[in-house]
Amino acid sequence: MIDWPLVSVIIFLPLIGALIILFIKEDELTSINIKRAALLTTLGTFILSLILWLQFDYSNPSYQYEEKFRWFDDFNFFYHVGVDGISLFMILLSTFLTPLCILASWNNIKKRVKEYMLSFLFLETVMIGMFASIDILLFYIFFEAVLIPMYLIIGIWGGNRRIYASFKFFLYTLLGSVLMLIAIIVMYRNTSSMSIEFLQGNYFSYNTQLFLWLAFFASFAVKIPMWPFHTWLPDAHVEAPTAGSVILAGVLLKMGGYGFIRFSLGMLPEATEFFIPLIMTLSIVAIVYTSLVALAQTDIKKLIAYSSVAHMGIVTIGIFLVNQQGLEGAMMQMISHGLVSAALFLCVGVIYDRMHTREIEFYGGLVQRMPLYATVFMIFMLGSVGLPGTSGFVGEFLVIIGAFKFSSYVVIGAAFGIILSAVYMLYLYKRIIFGTITNNKLADILDINTREKIILIPLAISVILLGIFPNLFLDPMRLSLELIITNYEIANAK
Amino acid sequence: MLNNIYNIFFIPEIFLACSSLVCLLFGLFLKKNAFRQTSNLAVFVLLLTIFLVYYDSESNFANYKSLFSHSSFINFFKILALLGSIASIIISKDYFLGIKLKNFEIPVLFLFSTLGMMLMIASNNLMSMYLAIELQSLSLYVAAAIKRDSISSAESGVKYFILGALSSGILLYGFSLIYGFTGSMNFDDISFYLSKYDNLNLGLIFGLVFVMVGLAFKVSAVPFHMWTPDVYEGAPNSITGFFAIVPKIAAVALIYRFCLIPFENFYLEWSQIILFLSIASMFLGAIAAIAQSNIKRLLAYSSIGHIGYILIALVAANDDGIKAASIYMFSYMIMNVAIFAILLSLKVKNEYLINISDLKGLSKSNPIVSLAISIIMLSMAGIPPFIGFFGKFYVLIAAIEQELYVLSVLGVLASVISAFYYLRIIKIIYFDESISEGIINFKISFQSKIILSLSLFLIICFIFYPSLLINISANLTI
Repeated sequence: MIDWPLVSVIIFLPLIGALIILFIKEDELTSINIKRAALLTTLGTFILSLILWLQFDYSNPSYQYEEKFRWFDDFNFFYHVGVDGISLFMILLSTFLTPLCILASWNNIKKRVKEYMLSFLFLETVMIGMFASIDILLFYIFFEAVLIPMYLIIGIWGGNRRIYASFKFFLYTLLGSVLMLIAIIVMYRNTSSMSIEFLQGNYFSYNTQLFLWLAFFASFAVKIPMWPFHTWLPDAHVEAPTAGSVILAGVLLKMGGYGFIRFSLGMLPEATEFFIPLIMTLSIVAIVYTSLVALAQTDIKKLIAYSSVAHMGIVTIGIFLVNQQGLEGAMMQMISHGLVSAALFLCVGVIYDRMHTREIEFYGGLVQRMPLYATVFMIFMLGSVGLPGTSGFVGEFLVIIGAFKFSSYVVIGAAFGIILSAVYMLYLYKRIIFGTITNNKLADILDINTREKIILIPLAISVILLGIFPNLFLDPMRLSLELIITNYEIANAK
Repeated sequence: MLNNIYNIFFIPEIFLACSSLVCLLFGLFLKKNAFRQTSNLAVFVLLLTIFLVYYDSESNFANYKSLFSHSSFINFFKILALLGSIASIIISKDYFLGIKLKNFEIPVLFLFSTLGMMLMIASNNLMSMYLAIELQSLSLYVAAAIKRDSISSAESGVKYFILGALSSGILLYGFSLIYGFTGSMNFDDISFYLSKYDNLNLGLIFGLVFVMVGLAFKVSAVPFHMWTPDVYEGAPNSITGFFAIVPKIAAVALIYRFCLIPFENFYLEWSQIILFLSIASMFLGAIAAIAQSNIKRLLAYSSIGHIGYILIALVAANDDGIKAASIYMFSYMIMNVAIFAILLSLKVKNEYLINISDLKGLSKSNPIVSLAISIIMLSMAGIPPFIGFFGKFYVLIAAIEQELYVLSVLGVLASVISAFYYLRIIKIIYFDESISEGIINFKISFQSKIILSLSLFLIICFIFYPSLLINISANLTI
C-alpha cells in the first residue's frame, strides 16, 4: 500500500494548479501557458488516480486509502476521505474527463481563458472530493461547492439563454441540496456521527427514515435528474459550452446516482423499501416520456440531454432493484453514460465549432466530407443505444436481468425505453451523417483534426473496452456493492 | 476588586469614554488634517479598549453589578463590536476625504456610539440598558445626517431619529410595565421574581411585547424594519457601512440577553414573537431584495434576512444557539466589512458606486475585485466552502437540536430565495457584457487593503481551521 496521502493529493492537486494559474498574467501570449498548466495539472491528477486503481485491493469491500483528521473540535466532523469500489470509478471518470474537457476547449474558448481554467480546476477538486468523502459534512460541502464553478461556466461561456439556464441550474439544485443539509443535521443529532461508514449499519426509526429519505430524494432526484425534476437539465446542457456539457453529463449527473447508493440504500434501507414503487414508476415514466421528447427535438444537444434523462432512468431502476445485477448494471450504466454522453457532446462540439449551429436540419451527409468523424460518432451512438460490444449494453443488460427478479412490468418499461433510444439515436445519426450534402455551407467542412482525435479516440477505446471486458470494472466494485445489499437485506429482514 | 482609584481608568468602558472626550478635544485643537488624525487616534483608542476588554476580566464593573453584568458572551460581543468599528473607521477614511466630508466629529461619534454599544451589550438593568441604547442611537442619528448639504442624508437622519425615538418610547413603556409588575429593574431580580410564577400576568405580557417591539426596531426585524433601507440609502456610504456592521452586533447581543436572562422561564411567551419576527425577516429580506437596483438598499434587505437567521438561533434558546449566534455574527461582520471595504473604494465615472448595474464589466477591468465580490456574495448566500455557510450550518444545528424542523426548513427555503439576488450581482459582474471600458475605478488605501485582505482570508480559509473560532464560541455563557 501507499504511505503518503494519495487521495488528498488527488483531490487538491487541481486546486494547487488553479492557484498557480491565478498568478499567471493573462494576455495574448500567455494564455497558451494557462492552458498548458491546466492540462498538465489535470493529466497529472489522472495519472495519480490510475495509481488508485492499480493499487486497489479487490478483496476489501470497505474504504481504502483512508485519511482521517479532526476538523471541528466541538462536533464529530472529520476530514475523512477514502475510496471504495463504488467511488473508485466515479473518481476515475472525473479525472479522465477533465483533461479531455480542457483539450476540447483549447481553441473555442477565446475570452477569459484564465477564469475558465480556474473554474474547471476548482470543479475537478470538488468533484473528486465529493466522491472521496467519508464524512457527510465534507460530502455536503463538496456537493454544493460544485454549483459555483458550474454556474460560472454556464453563465460566462454559454449560449444565448445562458443566464436563464445558469440561474435555473443553480437555484434548482440548491433547493434540493439545502433539504439534504437538514437531513444531515438530523442524522448527526440522532447518532453523533457523520461518518458514512458508521451510519451504514446504524439505522434510524422507521418514521425518521421516511423523512430523511424524502430530503435526500429531493437533492439527488434533482441532481440525477428524475422526471419530473429534470427540467433544468435540457436548458443547462444546451446553453453550456461543450466542455461544460461534458462534465455535466459525464460526472455531475452521477452525483445523484452515487448519492442514492450511498445514502438512500446504505443508510435508509427500510424507507427505501417503502419508496421503491415510487422510484420505479418515476423511472419508467422518465424513460418512456423523455425518449419520446428526445425524438421530437430539433437541437442535437437537447436531444442528447433528453436521452441522458432516459439513461438515468435505467440507472435509478438498477439502483432500486437492490440486487447484485441491478446495482452492478446501474454502476456500469453510469460509467458508460459518463463516457458515451460526454463523447456525444464532444462530437456535437466538433461540428458546432465548425458551423456554429446545432440544428439537426442544418446538417446531412456529413459522411461524405468527414468519414473519420462519422465512424467515431457511430461508435458512441451505438454505445448510447446499447449495442452488444459497447459499454451501454453491459449496463442495460444487467439492469434488465435484475429487473426480472422484481417485476416484469419494469422490464417491459425499461426495454421499451431501450428500443426508443435506438429509434431516436439512429434517426439522429441518419439525419446528420447519411445522405448527400444538401446544404452548401457544408461543402468544405473539414474532418476531425489531431486535437480532436486525441480527445475522441481514448473515449472510443474505453467505450469498447468497457463493452468487451466489463469485469475489469465490475470486479473492484463487486464487494462494495455486495456489502450494501447485505446490509440492506439484514435491515429489512428485521 | 478595585484596589485604588487609578484602576477605574482601566475599566474598558470608562477608558473608552474618557478617550472619546480626549479625541474630541484633540480634533478641536488640530489646525489641519483634523479628520485624519482623529480617525487614527480613534482606531488606536479602540485597539487599546479591545486589549483592556480582553485582559480586564475580573474587576470589570465590580462596583456596578446591579447595572452591568459580565460574562464571556458579553466579552465576545464587545470585542466583535470594537473590531467592527475599527474596521469601519479604517475603510471609511478615504471615502470621507473623497467626498470632502472632513468633520473630525465623525470618528468621535463612532467612538461614542461604540461606547453605547459596549454598555448595551453589558447592561443588566432596564435603566442602564435604555440609557446605553440612547447613547448609541443618538450618535448614530447625528452620523446619518452628517452630510448637512445633502437632502437625502438629512432625510435619512430625520427618519432614523423619528422612528428610533418612537421605538425608544415603546421600549420605555415596556420597561415601565415590567418594573411596575415585578418591582425591579435588575435582570437577575426580575428573573428571581418571575421564577415564583408559572404564568406571566397580562401586564407583564404587555411589557414583554412592548420591549420586544422596541428591540425588533433596533435589530431591524420585520415588521419593524421600514427604516433600514431608507436610512441605508440616504446616509453616506461609509456611515451605512458602520450601520450595517456594528449596531447589529450590539442589538443582537442585547436581544439575546434580554430574552434569556429575565424571561428565561417564559420561553413560550417570547419565543412566539421571535419566531414570527424570524420567519418574516428571512422571507421579506429575501424577496424584497430581489427588486432592488441600489446596492445599499440591497444590502439593507440582506441584513434583514441575516437577522432572521440569527433569530432562529434565539428561538432555539440552547447552548448551541448561543454558539450559532456568535459564529453567525462573526461571519456577518466579516462579510459586511469586506463588501463595504470594496464599495467604499469603487468609483464609477468618478462617483461612488450606487447602482448595481454599474458593476457591469467589472470582471474585465478589475478581475481580482470581481472575484472578491463574488466570493463575498456566495458567502452571504451561504454556499460552502465559505464562512457564511458555517454560520447558517450552526444555526440549523441549534434549531434541529430543539426540534424546530419547520422553522429550519423555512430557513433554508428563504436562503434559496436569497441566493437569487446574490447570484444576480455575480451575474452582472461576470455575465453581462460591458458597454464601455475603464469607467470603473478601484482605488484602495493601504490600510483598507489590509482590512479587506484579512476579511477575505477569513471568509475563504475559515473552513481549513474552524476550531479557532468555534472553540471560543463553544464556551460562551450568557
